[in-house]
Amino acid sequence: MSITPPSQKIWWNQPIDKIEAAWIGLALVWCLVLFLWMPYWHVFGKQNLSSESYKTTPAAFEKKTNEMISKYTVRKEVNGQMPVVAPPPGSNVYLAASKWAWNPILELKKGQSYRLHISSLDWQHGFSLQPVNMNLQILPGYETVITLTPTQTGEFGVVCNEFCGIGHHAMLGKIYVKD
Amino acid sequence: MAGNSFRQCPSSGLYFHRSAESLMKAHAVMAVVFFLIGGIFGLLVMLTRMPSVHLLSAEAFYMALSIHGTDILIFWIIFFEIAVLYFASSTLLRVRPAMPQLGWLGFILMLAGSVTTTLSFFRGNSSVMFTSYVPMPAEPIFYLGLILFAVGALVGCFLFLGTLVIAKREKTYEGSIPLVTFGALTACIIAILTIVMGAIILIPTLLWSMGYIAEIDPLVYRTIWWGLGHSSQQINVSAQVAIWYAIAAIVFGAKPMSEKVSRGAFLLYILFLQLASAHHLLVDPGLSTSWKVFNTSYAMYLAVLASMVHGLTVPGSIEVAQRKKGFTNGLFEWLRKAPWDNPVFSGMFLAMIIFGFIGGITGVVMGTEQINLIIHNTIFVPGHFHATVAVGTTLTFMAITYFLIPVLFRRELILPKLAKIQPYLFAGGMLMLILFMLGAGTLGVPRRHWDVSFSDAVMKFQFAGTAITMLGMAGVGGILAALGGAAYCLIAVGSLVFGKRLDDNASLFSSFGFPMAAPAYKVDQPDRLAMTPVESHGSEPHAAPGTFALALVFLATFVVYFFINAKYLSSLWHMS
Repeated sequence: MSITPPSQKIWWNQPIDKIEAAWIGLALVWCLVLFLWMPYWHVFGKQNLSSESYKTTPAAFEKKTNEMISKYTVRKEVNGQMPVVAPPPGSNVYLAASKWAWNPILELKKGQSYRLHISSLDWQHGFSLQPVNMNLQILPGYETVITLTPTQTGEFGVVCNEFCGIGHHAMLGKIYVKD
Repeated sequence: MAGNSFRQCPSSGLYFHRSAESLMKAHAVMAVVFFLIGGIFGLLVMLTRMPSVHLLSAEAFYMALSIHGTDILIFWIIFFEIAVLYFASSTLLRVRPAMPQLGWLGFILMLAGSVTTTLSFFRGNSSVMFTSYVPMPAEPIFYLGLILFAVGALVGCFLFLGTLVIAKREKTYEGSIPLVTFGALTACIIAILTIVMGAIILIPTLLWSMGYIAEIDPLVYRTIWWGLGHSSQQINVSAQVAIWYAIAAIVFGAKPMSEKVSRGAFLLYILFLQLASAHHLLVDPGLSTSWKVFNTSYAMYLAVLASMVHGLTVPGSIEVAQRKKGFTNGLFEWLRKAPWDNPVFSGMFLAMIIFGFIGGITGVVMGTEQINLIIHNTIFVPGHFHATVAVGTTLTFMAITYFLIPVLFRRELILPKLAKIQPYLFAGGMLMLILFMLGAGTLGVPRRHWDVSFSDAVMKFQFAGTAITMLGMAGVGGILAALGGAAYCLIAVGSLVFGKRLDDNASLFSSFGFPMAAPAYKVDQPDRLAMTPVESHGSEPHAAPGTFALALVFLATFVVYFFINAKYLSSLWHMS
């Protein structure tokens, strides 16, 4: 039994049962499919996270964000507090996470690509684009760069989905996508 | 050797060394205490996440969530696991435990650590969740408690290894150690690796929180921390699979289909599970794609292979044992005629099915590099680990408790009727909680979030109505599961306090209406304590067609669910 020592001292020479061998074979094939799927998606899939990222500091990132905001702000929302930024397609777009806001609101064009830079100015945050449901981890000191192409129009929420302190549940941002 | 130090359990035939027995009891009792604390806070968390109830304030919610996660995931489980290590070494090898005094020191350290960390939560400044990601700070005593606990657990691990050495030297068994002890050894090795990872990151973090270190890099913290955070759950997988084999032997007299396959699968856990922790970092910056794919591919999938193998061999060994008893009609008579009203069996079997079908499949799906984009940090994640840990590990420990109360504590179970339904209540409630969490997560609902209606936010966003309904339904499941957990605490604690003391010849298991298998040990010369093999196995023809059919259903479910998620991924915005 499993709670007593194996009866045959040389248990590793016992033949493997047919159904066990068959199952190991099947499971191994499936594991190989799973493994190959990831490189396959890198070549043929359209949703791959770039590993382009840089060390940064909160001050440096905030500066670049503010430069972009002063250049491309088209209006202000939320009682005139929050800039809405419409950067040209192909440009560098900055999104700064901090307790407890996403700055600024972005206005993008459907089908156009942007180099989206994201970082945190304080603690760890989670970028969760809703209802698309795309989720990234945002770390202070690291600047993630993704080439992003929105495929839908409308108004999208940016929810923080990494616990970042008591006001975490109010940390909400916005992205508009227009035709 | 002092024969008097041992007592033999008259019903199971197991031997207990007095000093190991007291250590097992102490660890098991503390485990249940922390299960109770963690469970109460789990209920409060759920009652807050139910949109219609929304019980706690934000501050209390995040505190409750930190207590729930840490007390259940670390303290309940590891206290229980150390008890399992004493059982799998001293009892199964019938040997005195190595240095029991040191075992008490380990116990005291674990107790001091768990109490310290739990107190730090109650003080209110350490609501940093189970993950305690820097630079979010907790009080120094939070980290200190975790470190003390880990050192105590480490002592338990080394005493387990020491006990194996004594057994070998004193020749208390012949040949190889039993499969269950081998599984426990796997758990012990993973535990040591895990605790080392914990020390590497938690000691500097403690110094940082005290102001002696200026900064801890968040990416470095995450990478090393997950060597602790996920690997500590792999201790559970090894321990729970070892207990599945033990229960198959205890209830059915089942033998492993082949030692080679089962032991090989345990070995895969040791070799590959650690690296698979990298799947927590799939959407992190600063790590290359090839690093992510490498660490989550060969490593994770070989560990997945191991679980798939155990998923066949554990029920397969039960099927073989049942067929020998004459349950040979059709594919599933062996299963239909299994003792479904014996909680030792029903708990274990439900744990295995839910762990495999839901925990295993969802774990692989979210551990796949690109698919992780649609799952990371959504409530899908706790959905997954409630299937693996809350059902897989916890229900397995509950099941073996019903065996240990009469055998180890020598008490009759109180409320046997409640014990019969307890696994169903807990597993059923959890199943509902899990499925609705997975559903809400797929719709984007975040984990660790006090208010998904964003009523305090200056901007507005609304999740789909279905997602909110699902959160409510998850809460209903959670309440049922909490009732199941409460029933377990009531029976376990109640039996220790009020259960009838068993005399030496008592029939322990009659109250379940199903006898256990014949005594595990039949020893002609009990004072010699030499363990002779009971039965042979391994080379005889096995017939487990029913298990194979179930395994094929599992594989089909796995494939379909994986590609459904891939399809969902393909609908996201394009990115590169």
